[in-house]
Amino acid sequence: MIEVRNLTKFFGDKKAVDNVSFAVQKGEILGFLGPNGAGKSTSMRMITGFIPPSSGTALIGGHDIGEEPIAARQKIGYLPENAPVYPDMTVFGYLDFCAEIRGFSGADRKKKVEAVIEKCFLRDVKFQTVSTLSKGFKQRVCFAQSIIHDPEYLILDEPTDGLDPNQKHEVRLMIRNMSAEKAIVLSTHILDEVDAVCTRAIIIADGKIVADDTPSGLKTRSALHGAVSLTLEQTDPERFLSCIRSVEGVKDTKILEHADDRLNARIFPKSPDILIADHVMSALSANGLKIKSLFVEQGRLDEVFRTVTSPAGKTQSA
Amino acid sequence: MNTKTFFNNIKAIFKREIAGYFGSPVAYVFIAIFLLLIGFFTFNISKFFEAGQADLRAFFEWHPWIYLFLIPAVAMRLWAEERRMGTIELILTFPVTVTEAILGKFLAAWAFIGAALFLTFPMIFTVLYLGDPDMGAIFCGYVGSFLMAGAFLSVGSMTSSLTRSQVVSFIVAVVICLFFILAGFPPVTDVLSGWAPRWLVNIVSSLSFLSHFVSLQRGVIDLRDLIYFFSVICFMLFANSMVIQNRRT
Repeated sequence: MIEVRNLTKFFGDKKAVDNVSFAVQKGEILGFLGPNGAGKSTSMRMITGFIPPSSGTALIGGHDIGEEPIAARQKIGYLPENAPVYPDMTVFGYLDFCAEIRGFSGADRKKKVEAVIEKCFLRDVKFQTVSTLSKGFKQRVCFAQSIIHDPEYLILDEPTDGLDPNQKHEVRLMIRNMSAEKAIVLSTHILDEVDAVCTRAIIIADGKIVADDTPSGLKTRSALHGAVSLTLEQTDPERFLSCIRSVEGVKDTKILEHADDRLNARIFPKSPDILIADHVMSALSANGLKIKSLFVEQGRLDEVFRTVTSPAGKTQSA
Repeated sequence: MNTKTFFNNIKAIFKREIAGYFGSPVAYVFIAIFLLLIGFFTFNISKFFEAGQADLRAFFEWHPWIYLFLIPAVAMRLWAEERRMGTIELILTFPVTVTEAILGKFLAAWAFIGAALFLTFPMIFTVLYLGDPDMGAIFCGYVGSFLMAGAFLSVGSMTSSLTRSQVVSFIVAVVICLFFILAGFPPVTDVLSGWAPRWLVNIVSSLSFLSHFVSLQRGVIDLRDLIYFFSVICFMLFANSMVIQNRRT
């Protein structure tokens, strides 16, 4: 378990991280979200022991990162932001160095390096110098470094940054496949990623935790949650609105788009718990309005993200 | 601390650094320039042949001055480059102590300079051919030169950890090393003697690299000189570790 206790960091007078506490169990993938400059990287750097916290601490599998740094670091795999790798080394040379420093030797070390090269699809660039690699490859080399010793805890700072959609997919798949026996913390500002891989998400803004929930739990905070979006075949908006007004539980209706051949609208219930889709459907068909498509909104993470981070933060992150 | 992992970690970092030196042109450029400069000063400025003496005094007397510029150039990348590239974040989050990382890097750079120094061996053959030199004095001169190189290097390693700019590191290291060279000589003692108490002047002048190096060249390995150089190295590397542990990012 990774246990973060009241982690706080001052840079001069500025509070970069403010009393952050959370715990991650094995099997969990925790998404660390926040606008740029919210304190994501600073928190991760303190958890991995790269910078000392101003107060608070992190326990890695029971080892305090401040008091038993070596024992704690042995259990961590860390992918720093921007994936720094020595540019003058070959991929193999670098991973061999990482394995050596992780305490592997002889045939065992060679096996570990080969295995991780396979796993991260680095075979083609095995003997290439890192400085000649593209951003995506560098990212994967650094990722390989973080998993070479099969650590119990993985801290990944923007693991899919700079990767193309296919590589992103591969990396996410790898992370998910590893998650059963590891506790993983990953930071990202790609909200789809949270949906795709994380079992839990923490949103921080201005150094403080502003939300800590499952991705679907977060989505229920969205104003859109429970709303019904539908497309009708060409129709008169007035007729549609009067029909909807009579439906029980409807609070508001918004026409999003009205063209000659279709009408897009979103219907909001009085409260997210009221299921209005059935009522809407029967009311519309009773009135002879043809439905092209209809679905119930789950809520959108980007919207939740903006609402929870905007009052405090000035930066609107993508 | 487990001794085995201590040495394994140092070895791993040492190997990586050495491979880094010889995998890039830096090493060859450094060695070539070192040998050229040493040769030029020894033969053209000090008139080694004209002096008609079968010893290496004319050779060793230039070492501090060549080290003054070349060693900070080797040392400047040790930490500044790690900081600039961000790789320091990895090395310091590996299960490695700061001491191990500093020692691994320092020893690699020292061994590299030792290799360059070793390549001056034709000088020994030259004096052997020309006459009957005191081999003890030559051996001690080499020991002294190597120790002095380590002291220069430890200063450079420390200044390199202060900044992510290699240029700043280089300049600060040269200034500190210059102070160490000149500590026992008029430029420094004159500045001090005006106002400082006698004992302080004595302490400062005993810090001079030069006087300890010269005393080793005489062919006597004096424990005090060895202790002096090792304590400079230890002090600088200790300061180095303090700087790294207390850096802000």
